[in-house]
Amino acid sequence: MIRNITIGQYYAADSVVHRLDPRVKVIGTLVYIVSLFLFNNFWGYAVAAGCFCAVTVVSKVPFSYIVRGLKPVFFMLVFTALLNLFWTPGTVFFQLGPVELTWEGLRKAFFLSVRLIFLILGSSLMTLTTTPNQLTNALEKLLAPLCHLHVPVHEIAMMMSIALRFIPILVEETDRIMKAQMARGADFESGNVIQRLRNMLPILVPLFVSAVRRANDLALAMDARCYHGGSGRTKMHPLRYQGRDFAAYLLCIAYCVLLYASVTYLPVL
Amino acid sequence: MSVLLKNVSYIYGKGSSEEKLALRDINLEIRQNEFAAVVGHTGSGKSTLIQLLNGLEKAESGEIFFHGKNIYDKDFSMKMLRSKVGLVFQYPEHQLFESTVVKDVAFGPSNMGWEQLKVELSTFGALKDVGIGEELFDVSPLALSGGQKRRVAIAGVLAMEPEILVLDEPMAGLDPASRKEIFELLKKLHRERKITVLLVSHSMEDVAEYASRVIVMNQGQIVLDGEPRKVFRYEKELSKIGLGVPQATSLMHFLAEQGVAVEDDCLTVQESISAILKWLK
Ligand SMILES: Nc1ncnc2c1ncn2[C@@H]1O[C@H](COP(=O)(O)OP(=O)(O)O)[C@@H](O)[C@H]1O
Ligand SMILES: [Mg+2]
Repeated sequence: MIRNITIGQYYAADSVVHRLDPRVKVIGTLVYIVSLFLFNNFWGYAVAAGCFCAVTVVSKVPFSYIVRGLKPVFFMLVFTALLNLFWTPGTVFFQLGPVELTWEGLRKAFFLSVRLIFLILGSSLMTLTTTPNQLTNALEKLLAPLCHLHVPVHEIAMMMSIALRFIPILVEETDRIMKAQMARGADFESGNVIQRLRNMLPILVPLFVSAVRRANDLALAMDARCYHGGSGRTKMHPLRYQGRDFAAYLLCIAYCVLLYASVTYLPVL
Repeated sequence: MSVLLKNVSYIYGKGSSEEKLALRDINLEIRQNEFAAVVGHTGSGKSTLIQLLNGLEKAESGEIFFHGKNIYDKDFSMKMLRSKVGLVFQYPEHQLFESTVVKDVAFGPSNMGWEQLKVELSTFGALKDVGIGEELFDVSPLALSGGQKRRVAIAGVLAMEPEILVLDEPMAGLDPASRKEIFELLKKLHRERKITVLLVSHSMEDVAEYASRVIVMNQGQIVLDGEPRKVFRYEKELSKIGLGVPQATSLMHFLAEQGVAVEDDCLTVQESISAILKWLK
């Protein structure tokens, strides 16, 4: 049931991409996403798509698995594409009553969809190859300079990793409570919106109670092990760049150069 | 025959990187008015098996029949199945959600679409069965003690008047007195109401004392199935898959191995005492 959501999930595999320093992956993904919005040219998208496919193949994550991440946002994609298709002024090539389709609209809708799709695919690939723990470690390290501005970076990272850690637990718990209430004849599929919301109560109340109980237990356990915040705290596996991480940064730069070249020097399509 | 499983297999996370075959080729018949216990190491598939029985999980392959009807048929009523096969999850007290005990127990029967009078009758009946007194009816279920919560949760399933009561580790995390209460409750329901009971348990002593049939699972398969007296003869095989036998049985096996000519298929302390006394005479 609720377990089928793949977005933000980790796909365990043994690949170079999985072993990369998480900071490289965070920065690489940011560069990739920003790059998607810097041009408006067919060649650029071809390069972006090619690079994405290459990284995916190296990561050993099956394509079908990544594409599944698009499902939840499918309607949003179609909606934005249609909006652009119908409401962009320009040269009309098709008309039916008040509905006008323009070349410009078609082009815009296409580019926008491609951008959004690669944005989602790119970030899915990052979360599929990086454990939530690594991800927060990377963010903590990358944002460390903000400490000087009195931003509580460690605390934020700790909160994030706890939240991330709790997601699968709460999903599992929701699944179990849902099943238990279904065993008592609860029905979560029929009725209008208000009835459906009311029907969620038998899930939400126990879920909330259990979340509070777990939070309490965790706080006690952390206290019992003398957790006292970030100052002076060391890591068991500190992040350290290795050869392959520098190589990956170089590849990122190569990607940017290739993208720039293709957008600037190839004939506009 | 009330529930029949034929060549049932179940897979978790099909198509993901961590596919897990939780049940393989299970053939099992739960007969009317049985008191059966499922035992097995953690992860052997006990919970998965019992969730298939009332259609909460759907088998990957194989068929399940309830009173001879295939539960995966299109016109089979899942609602009916859920009320006839009452499933009490592990730590059932974690599902209590209503503001009062009575309201919570009435949740199941009201979902069955019964009329008000029948809902009330079955609710109060179930609460009486599990020994929750009237003074607790309008209390918040969260204010009860652990054992009381568990009994209220069981009442919530009993109130749907099931033919088969399936319980996943109903004693987990309870003190000895509450454990005894729950077992006595199940015994009473089985004897007086003719309810078929199927429970998952880790306590071989309890199983030996109450169950008339033991189903042993290992790695998604049923490896032994029969009367406790017969199943517990296989002490070596059981210990290989991480399970024990009642201590009284184990002691008698040990004596027999040492060449003492005692009857060695005792289940309880009382039985072993009489067997030893008989040998001494
Ligand atoms: N929701 C789930 N998702 C994935 N695997 C699961 C899930 N539930 C159980 N499993 C796996 O299936 C196997 C059987 O589990 P379960 O039926 O809960 O065993 P038991 O109740 O005997 O401890 C275990 O290996 C467990 O890890
Ligand atoms: Mg279990």
